[in-house]
Amino acid sequence: MGDGSGGRAKMNWSDFFTMGGYGFYVWGSYGVTALLIIIEIIWVLQRRKALLNRLARMSRLSKG
Amino acid sequence: MLAVLRCVMMRDLILAVRRLSDVLTTLFFFVIVVSLFPLGVGPEIEVLRMIAPGVVWVAAILASMLALGRLFENDYRDGTLEQLLLSPQPLSLLVLGKVMAHWAVTGVPLVLVAPLLGMQFGMSAQGIGVLLISLILGTPAISLIGAVGAALTLGVRGGGVLVSLLVLPLYIPVLIFGAGAVEASVSGLGAEAHLSLLGAILVLALCFAPWAAAAALRISLD
Amino acid sequence: MAFAGINWFKYSSPASFYPVAGKMIPWVASVAVILAVIGLYFSFFVAPTDYQQGEAYRIMFIHVPAAWMSMFIYVVMAGYAAMGLIFNTRLSAMMASSLAPTGALFTFVALWTGALWGKPMWGAWWVWDARLTTELILLFLYIGFMSLEAAIDDPRRASRSSGLLAIVGVVNVPIIYFSVKWWNTLHQGASISFDKAPSMASTMLTAMLLMTFAFWMYTIAMVLYRVRCEILERERHSEWVMALVEERK
Repeated sequence: MGDGSGGRAKMNWSDFFTMGGYGFYVWGSYGVTALLIIIEIIWVLQRRKALLNRLARMSRLSKG
Repeated sequence: MLAVLRCVMMRDLILAVRRLSDVLTTLFFFVIVVSLFPLGVGPEIEVLRMIAPGVVWVAAILASMLALGRLFENDYRDGTLEQLLLSPQPLSLLVLGKVMAHWAVTGVPLVLVAPLLGMQFGMSAQGIGVLLISLILGTPAISLIGAVGAALTLGVRGGGVLVSLLVLPLYIPVLIFGAGAVEASVSGLGAEAHLSLLGAILVLALCFAPWAAAAALRISLD
Repeated sequence: MAFAGINWFKYSSPASFYPVAGKMIPWVASVAVILAVIGLYFSFFVAPTDYQQGEAYRIMFIHVPAAWMSMFIYVVMAGYAAMGLIFNTRLSAMMASSLAPTGALFTFVALWTGALWGKPMWGAWWVWDARLTTELILLFLYIGFMSLEAAIDDPRRASRSSGLLAIVGVVNVPIIYFSVKWWNTLHQGASISFDKAPSMASTMLTAMLLMTFAFWMYTIAMVLYRVRCEILERERHSEWVMALVEERK
C-alpha cells in the first residue's frame, strides 16, 4: 500500500480539509480525540486547584 | 476438609430452605424474563427457536446475578462472616462451600425449569438436552465468578447495581459457550467442543474463584 | 513505567515521590507535545495516500496507538495493583487508580475512531469482531474498576478492592478475546476478516510509532499529575503537606 517513497504530491488546504471525501470521518476522529484530551487536562488541573484550595482552607481553620 | 465443606453447605442450605421465598423469587424472575421475549419480538416460532438459547442463557445469568446479593450479605450483617474469617479452616474452602450451597438453591432450580421454557420456544428435544447440560456446567461457573464480585462489593452502598457492572463482563465466555453449545447442536455441528470449553471454564473457576473471593472478603472485612 | 534504572524503593514513599513527580511532569509533557506535533506532521503530510482506502486510513494514526495504549495501560494498572496488594506499597495503589481514567479515555478513543473508520470502509459503524468486542469489554472493565473505587469510602479498602478487580480482569481479558474470536468464526456470515495485515509504507509505521509514543508520554504526564493530587489528598494530615500548603500562601 502506498508508494512507500515517503513523499506526496503537493496539496492545497481545501484538499486537506475534505480528506478526499472522508473529511467527516477523519476530522471526526481527530477532533473528538483532541477534545477528550483537552477535557482530561482541564479536569486534572481543576482537581489540583480545588484540592489545594481545600487544603489551604483546612489549615486556616485549624489555625484560627 | 470435606467435613468443613459439608458443614458450611448444610448450614447455608438449611437457612435457604427456611427462607424459601428468596429462592422462588429468583426462579420467577427467570421465568418472567424469558416469557417477556416472545411478547417483545413476536410469536413467530422460527424466530423464537433461533433466539431461544441466547434468551434462556441471558435470563439465567441475570437471575443468578440478582441472587448474588444474598451470598454473603446476611452473614456479613449478623457477624457470622467475621467468625468464618477467624476460623482455622482455609477461607477459600469455606467460600467454596457457600458458593456450592448458593448454586444448589439458585442454579439448580433454573436448570430444572429451563426445559419447560425451551418447549415454550419450540426447541427440539435434542436442543433442550444440550441446553440442560450447558446450564449444568455453566451455572456453577457463574456462581463462582459472581462470588468474587459479591465479596468485593460487600457492604458498599449501591452494591447491587455495582456488582452487575463488575461481573457481567466476566460472564461473557460462559454465555458464548453456553448458548453456543445449543446453537451448534441444533445446526448439526455437534456441541462437544463448546461443552468441553464450558467444562474447562468451570474447572478454572473452581481453582481460582474461591481463592480470589476469599482474598476479596479479607479486604472487605479488614 | 518509564523509570527503569531508578531505584524504585527509594522513591516509593509518597512524600519523596511527590517532588520527583513534580519535576518530571514538565519534561514528560513537553516530550509528549513535541512527539505529537512531529507525529501529526508525519500522519498528514509525509505518509502517502493509501491506494485502497484513500485518505480515510489516516484515522489509523490515532486508532491503533489508542488501542495499543488502552491495553498496555490496563496491564500496567493490574501490575501496579498486584504490587500494591503483595508489597502493600501505598504508592503503587495510587498509580493504579491514577492510570484508570486515562486508560478508559484511550479505550473510548479506540472505539470511537474505529467506528468512524469502519463506516466508510466496511459500511458499518460497528461489527461484532473479536477485537472490537474485547475493546468494548475493556471499557466496561475500566468503568467497573473506577466505580468500585468510587463507591467505597475507606481509601485503603477502595484501592485494595479495585486492585483485586483489576487483577481478575487482566486474567479474563485473553479468555474473553479468544471466546469472542471463536464465537465469531462460527458466525462467519456477518463478520469481516481484518487479518490481512497491509504492508505498510515505512513512513506510515513511523507516524504510528510517533503517535504511540506521544500518547505514552501524555499518559505518564497525566498519571504523575493525578498521583500528586492523590498523595496530597491521602497525606493531608501529615506535616510535609501542611508545610507545603503554608508555603503556597
